[in-house]
Amino acid sequence: MIEDLKEKAKELLTSKKVDVVIGYEAGTYKDYASPSFAKTAKDVDRFVWNKNCVNNLAIYITKAKGKVGIIAKGCDVKSIIGIIQENQINREDVVIIGIACDGVEIDGEKADKCNFCDVHTPKIYDILIGDKIESKESSQDKYKEVAEIENKSPEERWKYWKDTLSKCIRCYACRQVCPLCYCDKCFVDTTVPQWIPMSVNEDNNMMFHMIRAYHMASRCIGCGECQRACPMNIPLNILSKKMTKEVEEMFGYTPGVDIEAKPAIQDFNKKEDPDKEFIM
Amino acid sequence: MADFEPKIVGILCNWCSYAGADLAGTSRLKYPENIRIIKVPCSGRVNPLFIIKCFQQEGIDGVLVSGCHPGDCHYTTGNYYARRKFALMNKMLDFMGIEKGRVQFSWVSGGEGAKWAKVVEKVVADIKKLGPFTKFK
Ligand code: SF4
Ligand code: SF4
Ligand code: SF4
Ligand code: FES
Repeated sequence: MIEDLKEKAKELLTSKKVDVVIGYEAGTYKDYASPSFAKTAKDVDRFVWNKNCVNNLAIYITKAKGKVGIIAKGCDVKSIIGIIQENQINREDVVIIGIACDGVEIDGEKADKCNFCDVHTPKIYDILIGDKIESKESSQDKYKEVAEIENKSPEERWKYWKDTLSKCIRCYACRQVCPLCYCDKCFVDTTVPQWIPMSVNEDNNMMFHMIRAYHMASRCIGCGECQRACPMNIPLNILSKKMTKEVEEMFGYTPGVDIEAKPAIQDFNKKEDPDKEFIM
Repeated sequence: MADFEPKIVGILCNWCSYAGADLAGTSRLKYPENIRIIKVPCSGRVNPLFIIKCFQQEGIDGVLVSGCHPGDCHYTTGNYYARRKFALMNKMLDFMGIEKGRVQFSWVSGGEGAKWAKVVEKVVADIKKLGPFTKFK
């Protein structure tokens, strides 16, 4: 696979089809891979592909200049779809080198998202590396943790989130790493008005996380990078999954699937959207 | 809690709900004075951050957001987009453990002065039951 991958990447660079190919190289530590940016065929020799290639490299395509080639697993491709849907890049300006992927590992353990993977072969790609892998319906319930919290009473939920989010140090690594968090000016950074007070305390953390999750609704594709980046082990995926679940149930929309579709939050359905249930 | 008088922020679109509230006034309808109104161009202008910001203000116990009925938005579709945002916001608030009723939504037209009075009565009664809101302060 890796030889094929390198060959295709080199071809893209030497034929000047792209200005850079974003891939993976061996990390500084054992069991880690780092993002790698190849501008020449020679740079491509650094590339690796293995179980440690966890990073969602799509974060870089909104920042790169010129045409970009990108090595992308099925889950990463979902975020590329989102970025294109939201007009942050043109489809023509990115060459997707899709990888047939059967799972990655974080600290030697299968990544949680891979247990629910429905895109072992990416949804879209220009070049596919490896043989197509079929995705089977997962027997596990991907909304299990969400349901556990839904089943609590409002007071218990409040307490749970307050305790859980009190650990957050507001480093914003979760935002920084998210491929869909591309705003130049984030609501947490504005001072006029200051939407959320800067000081780190339970209440302010709660407000930050509510709005972060809300901003991800109908956009988060569940790559899990936010949770992986968090130094405080905050279960960010529960909040994102809750929003995804609601968007699926209320609007029949799943992010990261259809490049032509309008994200649910930029769309409406006159007849079927919830109304009387909660609006007087 | 009998003498608790909540303070409620009303975020109303200019074209329907604000006119509805105005009509309630000019018709001399009586309704609780607990609401403080902020006028916005359209319910589609309501950023969920507005709701969060309200709760940071000392003494605010509830928020009511109101716009034109579906199909009647002055900008044709603003309230259809708003409705999706409100539905999500509603689910989010619930999931975080904010009691149902702290944030409420209504469609009130320019002719519905009486409905406006009823909506405010209901919201005030609900929030009196819930008591003061001490979170986010
Ligand atoms: S979710 Fe699927 S495509 Fe993504 S790393 Fe896991 S197995 Fe690979
Ligand atoms: S990465 Fe973790 S600690 Fe940092 S802001 Fe996000 S949730 Fe908070
Ligand atoms: S919110 Fe987290 S899981 Fe969702 S797309 Fe962003 S980084 Fe990935
Ligand atoms: S103008 Fe009233 S909801 Fe749009």
